[in-house]
Amino acid sequence: MKPVFTYSEGMERVETSYCPGCTHGIAHRLIVETLIENGELGNAIGVCPIGCSVQAHKFMHVDMCEAAHGRAPAVASGIRRVHPDKPVFTYQGDGDLASIGMGEIIHAASRGERFTTFFINNGIYGMTGGQMAPTTLIGQRSTTSQDGRTVEANGMPIRVAELIAAVDGAAYVERVALDSPAHIRQAKRAVQKAFAVQKMGVGFTMIEFISSCPTNWGLSPVEALGWIKEKMIPYYPLGVKKDITAQNVQEEEA
Amino acid sequence: MSEKVLMKGNEAFGEAAILSGCNFYFGYPITPQSEIPEYLSRELPKRGGCFIQAESELAAINMAYGAAAAGGNAFISSSAPGIALMQEGLSFMCCAEVPVVVLNVSRCGPGIGGIQPGQADYIQATRGGGNGDYKIPVFAPSTIQEAIDMIYEATYLANKWRNPMMLLTDGMMGQMMEPVVLPEPRKLLTSEEIPQAKPWALSGFDHKNGQRSLIRALHMQPTDLEIQVEKIFTKYDAMEKELPAYAAEGLEGAEIVFVAFGLMSRLVREAIEMLAEEGIKAGLIRPKTLWPYPYAAFDELDFNSTKVVISTELSKGQMIEDVRLGVEGRLPVELIYRTGGVVPTTPEVVERAKKILEGLK
Repeated sequence: MKPVFTYSEGMERVETSYCPGCTHGIAHRLIVETLIENGELGNAIGVCPIGCSVQAHKFMHVDMCEAAHGRAPAVASGIRRVHPDKPVFTYQGDGDLASIGMGEIIHAASRGERFTTFFINNGIYGMTGGQMAPTTLIGQRSTTSQDGRTVEANGMPIRVAELIAAVDGAAYVERVALDSPAHIRQAKRAVQKAFAVQKMGVGFTMIEFISSCPTNWGLSPVEALGWIKEKMIPYYPLGVKKDITAQNVQEEEA
Repeated sequence: MSEKVLMKGNEAFGEAAILSGCNFYFGYPITPQSEIPEYLSRELPKRGGCFIQAESELAAINMAYGAAAAGGNAFISSSAPGIALMQEGLSFMCCAEVPVVVLNVSRCGPGIGGIQPGQADYIQATRGGGNGDYKIPVFAPSTIQEAIDMIYEATYLANKWRNPMMLLTDGMMGQMMEPVVLPEPRKLLTSEEIPQAKPWALSGFDHKNGQRSLIRALHMQPTDLEIQVEKIFTKYDAMEKELPAYAAEGLEGAEIVFVAFGLMSRLVREAIEMLAEEGIKAGLIRPKTLWPYPYAAFDELDFNSTKVVISTELSKGQMIEDVRLGVEGRLPVELIYRTGGVVPTTPEVVERAKKILEGLK
């Protein structure tokens, strides 16, 4: 019998600290699989800042450092200066990237930093127990918006992929979702593309993953995947938001 | 060793960082140290190094953390409120055991304060300005030459101990010019040399026989964190034995002993000369390290002659706590200070010292 699905060599053989139904594990696996396919797992450096994924180094088998809340893009910028030719990535949640770390991510993108940010958007603070994130949807309940988020009190959720795509230094930005096999296959292609564009050295690359947090959403794992499809994707449309390599191709063709 | 050259403090600090082997610098403009990022933005790219103008001091210290975690030698500078913003990163780097050399060209606070020189960051520097159990050695140069030599030594010590090292100087030192002799440049590490030179650093496990590097400042289990804190404190215990440094001048037979560091020690030296002209013998203890503090210096006091020890500061009595710990109640301890960025004149120091002496009689 031939096994059709096994552990990835890029993942440590340990239980993760993630809740049942959480999609962090899928995102981890897509990243390490891509690095293995590129022959670069042992050449890569990752940064995992505070949030549930601060312990990602326990699960992804690559050189990694932790970072303070929001600061991963600054840390990766420093790493990039020392190792100009290695794959470098940050792995950040939405509280981390879109709230406390908004300054760092915008400026890293603006400098056209040659690393890739994997941005996990599950619309909530996971590690601290379900508080409202900058990406929490209008009407969505959280422990700090107990009657549901309102525009009046909290403003609108931030669409990060579109925001980063508008920054000149960004080379490739795509939003994907982790709610279905088809979307996960697309997410894998996005990760591959991001590392490829990083290697081209033409600018900043970011993949936004629409992810689930069943525990803090108060939903079952299956219901959480339904929430992604019905509530999140309509507000956070999937797709490539920026690809300067495609623009180059078009210009060459023209 | 080079010929003697005349250099402005801030430019000399930047040059010293390059010569000491720090080829990664991340800066953010703030008076009175902005000549350092200006100088290094011009010089580092020409000399095998790298400069980024960070978007904030928070980003700057975290860029330094990233570069140092990846095996580079990182140097960073700012002034008082900017150093306050960097405390998150410094606490983090102590826990994660990542080296960096930090220079505070201090101004006066609190708040935004002013841009004139001050020493009011003493407690922030020596007591751990950030969260948690950690220590950062603090060096206090009194001349630009001494600052150059201390930056050179601090780069070595930061790597030796894998801990941040800080220099506390001030706006006047940063802005004035003095003749200096520059040290020989240390060899810079290349990216390829890092896995062997610093096997703990991030460089990809293929380059370290499959050994992964993990650099961490989070320990979810209290017992794990306790072990890590105890581990870094074994280093601090060793530093407390190895690092304390001071200069003592004219303690024998002195009626007054001043304690002063950095810029203030230069004023006090003049004051001691003026007092001597009036027949009052005074001495000076000049701490060169502020943590670990050279408490042993106070055992050298001449207890037969000395009537008072005076902490002389550009702050409202911060170092005086360490002076009291050093004196251990053996003599009265008094304070002469100006704050807010005001630097006293030498006659002012003399007059205040005489008043203190008269008050004791």
